[in-house]
Amino acid sequence: MADKNGFFDLSKKELSRRTALKGIAAGTGLALAPGFVRYSQAQSSAPIKIGFQLHRTGIGAAYGRWYEKTSAAAVKAINDAGGIGGRKVELVIEDDGTDPARGAEVVAKFAKQHKTDIVFGTLFSHVVIGSAPAAGENKIPYFVVSEGHHVASTKLNRYVFQPGITDVKSQIQSMAPWIAANAGKKVTQIFPDFAFGYDHRDYLPPALKAQGADVIAQIAIPPTESSFTKYFPQIPAETEVIYHVMVGPAVLTFVKELGEFYGSQRPQLFGFIDSLEAVDINSPGLEFLDGSHFWEGSPRYAQPDDSAAQKAYRAAVGIDDNGAAVGDPKDVSTAAHMFGCWETLYVVKKAMEDAGYKGPEDRAKLVEATEALKEFAEGPEHPQGPKSFNGKIHQCFGIQNISKVEGGKLKVVHKTKIEDGLYEPEGDYTTQAL
Amino acid sequence: MHFGPHLLLAALEGLVTSAVLALTALGLSLVFGVMRVVNVAHGEFFMLGAVLAWAISTAIAGHPAIGFAAALVIAPLLVGLVALVAERLVLRRLNYNPEGTIVATIGMLYIIQQLALTFYGPEARPVEPPFSYRILLPWFGYSGYKLSVVAASAILLVITWLVLTRTKIGLIMRATQYDRETAQAFGIPVDRVYAGVFAVGTMLAAIAAVLIVPISQAHYLMGQDPLLLSFIVVIIGGLGSLRGTVVAAILIGLSDGIISMFFSPTLAKIVATLVVAMVLVFRPQGLFGTTPR
Repeated sequence: MADKNGFFDLSKKELSRRTALKGIAAGTGLALAPGFVRYSQAQSSAPIKIGFQLHRTGIGAAYGRWYEKTSAAAVKAINDAGGIGGRKVELVIEDDGTDPARGAEVVAKFAKQHKTDIVFGTLFSHVVIGSAPAAGENKIPYFVVSEGHHVASTKLNRYVFQPGITDVKSQIQSMAPWIAANAGKKVTQIFPDFAFGYDHRDYLPPALKAQGADVIAQIAIPPTESSFTKYFPQIPAETEVIYHVMVGPAVLTFVKELGEFYGSQRPQLFGFIDSLEAVDINSPGLEFLDGSHFWEGSPRYAQPDDSAAQKAYRAAVGIDDNGAAVGDPKDVSTAAHMFGCWETLYVVKKAMEDAGYKGPEDRAKLVEATEALKEFAEGPEHPQGPKSFNGKIHQCFGIQNISKVEGGKLKVVHKTKIEDGLYEPEGDYTTQAL
Repeated sequence: MHFGPHLLLAALEGLVTSAVLALTALGLSLVFGVMRVVNVAHGEFFMLGAVLAWAISTAIAGHPAIGFAAALVIAPLLVGLVALVAERLVLRRLNYNPEGTIVATIGMLYIIQQLALTFYGPEARPVEPPFSYRILLPWFGYSGYKLSVVAASAILLVITWLVLTRTKIGLIMRATQYDRETAQAFGIPVDRVYAGVFAVGTMLAAIAAVLIVPISQAHYLMGQDPLLLSFIVVIIGGLGSLRGTVVAAILIGLSDGIISMFFSPTLAKIVATLVVAMVLVFRPQGLFGTTPR
């Protein structure tokens, strides 16, 4: 007999009063423990909760810090003006470590645990691509500020939007004529070896081809790389323009080593400011950049023709005329990208108010209201400039700045038009079920 | 670029990698050789050296060379102090048990890394090189500072070798490495030797980090690559062998430079790892190691 001690003999084991009380006490304790708090009673007066998927650590940390500052400033401005539909806005921040797997977990956590109304704020394209399925599964609108072409490619899902910053394909298309006409016809590309870099790899050659210029070499560098000289011999000698876009913690090393390699005998340089975002262009070793050109989404340095809205935006975020934090000239911002956070939050406000958004049950209505948007006028809500929005591909299109390094500052020398960057949609999100 | 200059550039880059790697791996090898402790946190002491170098050089105003010189002296000392505390608080209490210390140093790895993240932050920050001279070759320019790193590393390696072979401290260390019990029986304070060796081992990593930080910036995750490469070097060279460590560091550094320049950096890592596997199969004690007794 296996059950010698009578473990399975229920008649002996009576449920005593003491055991029952213990069970109830333990159950109550669990229910009260953090994480088990009920969030269901979302009343109309409760704040709108925006889950902020933030690159607080990992290779995107420099961007993350400024995305956080900009978003906090935008939320403050929105709340000071009465919030969204009369309700206060609250940012709930989770760090994704700039990691796609963590990113997907964070999105699920926002949807299931924090029960935020939307998710917002992701920059790095591999994190966006990794997190988008989680947003679709949880049917939570996901507003990214990423610059990559993945949203507009319609390969993600109906819940993912990029209404605050133009995608890479459009940026390249609008700037290619300027590059071919002013910089040179034989172009060597240096780009990071992941999704964002592949947008540059795939869309620059056809855009330049249309202007009679050619990409003669493509060099992919892992974003975690810490030394770069070893890649430079792959640049062909006949190169007229080096088109560079790097990201990651070692961008300063990348540009410095490019300078050591070439000195003043360099080909023309056309870079995405990503290669120097959050880095002072007057750092020692970067003198060779003088006279080179950069793409900027929004100019880092204050320009003579800045609009009143641009000035107010810079003051609200707390950056000075050199694009560094007010009071700390060494703390250089990611000005070319972070405006997208500000503008995206205002798009969210507009869409929520259009939809008569009450709570998570209205998320589908919010998606449709966002898709119905057509254009955003330049002004305090869109200080970077006017934009058009294509609801079928969930992507906005704005103007791009080409700036020249002159006397240790970046001076805008060319602005593209919205029409320059428009392309045939590759699909239609609105045909997908909600 | 033609083959000749291309190879020259590859060799130069490889030499810089070798120089830093030799110092870092030597620290790891010393700690293992004498104490039989596999210090998994070695890369984090490297990172700590770089982060402290940033803190010291930014705190000191004036010409960048002054701040850098101060960092080169103070940062390794501070790292050595941290290592000493860790040795007293953790490793000694574990009785230097080989399995126990591996787990304990993994813990130290996370503690140091997260403390750096908390207090230093997630950004990569630059340290200005003490001088910025660009050597102009007919085909390309090269950083003079990088070459000085190679020279500094070579000098430090020679000093370490002299200390180990020509001084009484070196003799004591070698005796402890050779046979712990007998050394103790002859009145060598093995306990204090261990503490000193652990501190010196991490200080070598910290010096390497201070030398490299003007080239590659301080970042809280920068300790991972040096740790992996140091293990590769130490396994190929033979644990505890100074000569083996230096030879293997030059081998790995140069092959990394040349393969990653002519083919791809990923291939360089694949080859290095493959060499480790081959060495482990055919010569488990390493190229210059002696069979453990």
